[in-house]
Amino acid sequence: MENNKLSCSAVAAVKDICAAHNNDAGELINILHETQNTLGYLPQEVQQLVAKNLNIPASRVNGVVSFYAFFTEKPKGKHPISICLGTACYVRGSDKVLEEVKNVLGIEVGQTTPDGIFSLDCLRCVGACGLAPVMTIDGKVFGNVDPKDVRRILEDFV
Amino acid sequence: MEQKLINLTIDNRPVSVENGTTILDAAKACGIDIPTLCHINLEGTCVNNHPASCRLCVVEVAGRRNLAPACATACTEGMEVHTNTIRVLNARRTVLELILSNHPHDCLVCAKSGNCELQNLTRKLKIQEAPYEGGEKSCFEVEKTVSIIRDMNKCILCRRCETMCNDVQTVGAIGARGRGFETTISPAFGNKLADSECTYCGQCVAVCPVGALTEKDNTGKLIRDLANPNKVVIVQTAPAVRVAIGEEFGNPAGTIVTGKLAAALRKLGFDYVFDTDFAADLTIMEEGSELLGRLNAFLAGDKNVHLPILTSCCPAWVNFFEHQFPDMLNIPSTARSPQQMFGSIAKTYWAEKMGIAREKLIVVSVMPCLAKKYECGREEFKVNGNPDVDYSLSTRELAALIKEANIDFNALEDSDFDLPLGASTGAAAIFGATGGVMEAALRTAYELHTGKTLGKVDFTEVRGLEGIRKASVDMDGFELKVGIAHGLGNARKLLEDIRAGKSEFHAIEIMACPGGCIGGGGQPLHHGNIEIIKARSNAIYREDAGKPIRKSHENPYIKQLYEEYLGKPLSEKSHALLHTKYFDKSE
Repeated sequence: MENNKLSCSAVAAVKDICAAHNNDAGELINILHETQNTLGYLPQEVQQLVAKNLNIPASRVNGVVSFYAFFTEKPKGKHPISICLGTACYVRGSDKVLEEVKNVLGIEVGQTTPDGIFSLDCLRCVGACGLAPVMTIDGKVFGNVDPKDVRRILEDFV
Repeated sequence: MEQKLINLTIDNRPVSVENGTTILDAAKACGIDIPTLCHINLEGTCVNNHPASCRLCVVEVAGRRNLAPACATACTEGMEVHTNTIRVLNARRTVLELILSNHPHDCLVCAKSGNCELQNLTRKLKIQEAPYEGGEKSCFEVEKTVSIIRDMNKCILCRRCETMCNDVQTVGAIGARGRGFETTISPAFGNKLADSECTYCGQCVAVCPVGALTEKDNTGKLIRDLANPNKVVIVQTAPAVRVAIGEEFGNPAGTIVTGKLAAALRKLGFDYVFDTDFAADLTIMEEGSELLGRLNAFLAGDKNVHLPILTSCCPAWVNFFEHQFPDMLNIPSTARSPQQMFGSIAKTYWAEKMGIAREKLIVVSVMPCLAKKYECGREEFKVNGNPDVDYSLSTRELAALIKEANIDFNALEDSDFDLPLGASTGAAAIFGATGGVMEAALRTAYELHTGKTLGKVDFTEVRGLEGIRKASVDMDGFELKVGIAHGLGNARKLLEDIRAGKSEFHAIEIMACPGGCIGGGGQPLHHGNIEIIKARSNAIYREDAGKPIRKSHENPYIKQLYEEYLGKPLSEKSHALLHTKYFDKSE
């Protein structure tokens, strides 16, 4: 059925992660964390697989995945972008940076470019308010970003 | 060991309670009614939901900075609780106003109007305007299944349904999904309920305080059929209906209204008023014979015989094992439920006898159950697309229809069911309570197996409200061990024992709903009051005790049915008309 969409290696990876946590339903969040780190995202089939391994209803796994913003059911791009919309960044114009990124990539927040290279998210504060406005790509921080710089920064990743 | 009591005051009244008691329960014990919305506790069963999510039960506790939710705060020594200070009243009002801020205001045409706990509280707190505009108005699609209607726009996220589905029934079809205004109680991945593991037991509907979960209403269809001169419309009514429907007309819980029920059905215009109890007696003949057949094979040394045998009257239970225990489909009895046996016999034996063509005959059932709506639509219960039972109404729907038809229910003169499909015994009457099917089966199985007459027909050891009960019965030298479970979570425990080869039983009765059918998803709402379930249960056993015949195999019209038509239990004809098979629904 739907599980056919998952590669054998992915199925084995999920099984191993669950087993490493003794298939304990109380470890659900940790298991989902590790699974997302390994596979990049948590599609429906993976959630079903986790549910099956932990012997809990899929509705419970899906409830957790859909509640926490950290978990994603869609694949992230090769280079995930995050724009800080915390107070300091916001007052120094990160909303304009965000608009420019959306413009350049042609995607909305939470989406991934069709070529799978970039995905776009927002966050609140990376603890680098002195560099506001801040954006991160692959976890690397870019400070004092001017909307004019956005295209150049992104081109380095293509 | 004697437990030390905890002393506190609530609204200046001294109270002593056991350690661990919540403020809500302590207040209740001294007659103070703190409003609640999410909380529900059917004491004695495992139904207990107190997520403290609605915050309506907040009270002031001296020395505590914030207000405390009474349902989730344990009493402590010397605690001073106030339930009606200005601060509490203001907070409670604001909480309710906030809940109303994204709840639709279409009460006039809501299925739950008049029976809605949110509406009642709004009236009680005299909230007459909505000061907060919802941050966002939700617009979730309404899902209409054959049994249950889900309108998540009306959901207040009390989580009662989630508790029922997950903790009590262990079905896990629905759970909270998403966050903030986007939150719904839904099957995984936002799928349809109809595509989920849902058994249609309807316990989510039975506890929903608002109109978010309601039943598919078939009253309109019935009115059209009753008005159609080309149709013969007959009705069957389940054992649990007659001990509960009186509540809808102001009678105390546990009032038996069998005669008035039959009279009301006649007044509504049904051509024949029959009784599912007749089919319950028939079920005992078939299921009891199946039990004895397997038992005799087992006693003769057959190692392949499937024991324990499980009852199969409850359609939610059937759905449950088809979804969750597909490896065990050969264990339950193959006997159809009484509803389906009735339909099958009505549209063959009775229709032939009366000379009524199948297409002209409409069989309606009145059931305490929402899964019955689904059951009668199952493909295997149709002949050339024509269902044995055309559709099912819940107890609540029938009560509403009686009111709509301007029938003064309480003033009706008692009437009898029509013959032959209205004749029944006390054994059939108790089908509506947990343990009842087993007791009825024991009465018949004992006499058929031993050839002796029972001195006492009451098997009180199988009665009660404990989640799992067991008893052993001396079958003239053979010790028959029986188990009974109500609530699917309890059923799961017995099934897992069977799977692990640890089951000690020869026969097990399962009913999906707490208390059995008397606590079904289609019954008048109990609003969390366990005394109502107990009163209905007592009424069921009173009904049995008052019957002249109390053993299914002594029902003269059942005997006649076998003589004239079926031959004997488990005959080829019986198999074709009264038995079924089960399907793997795990994928």
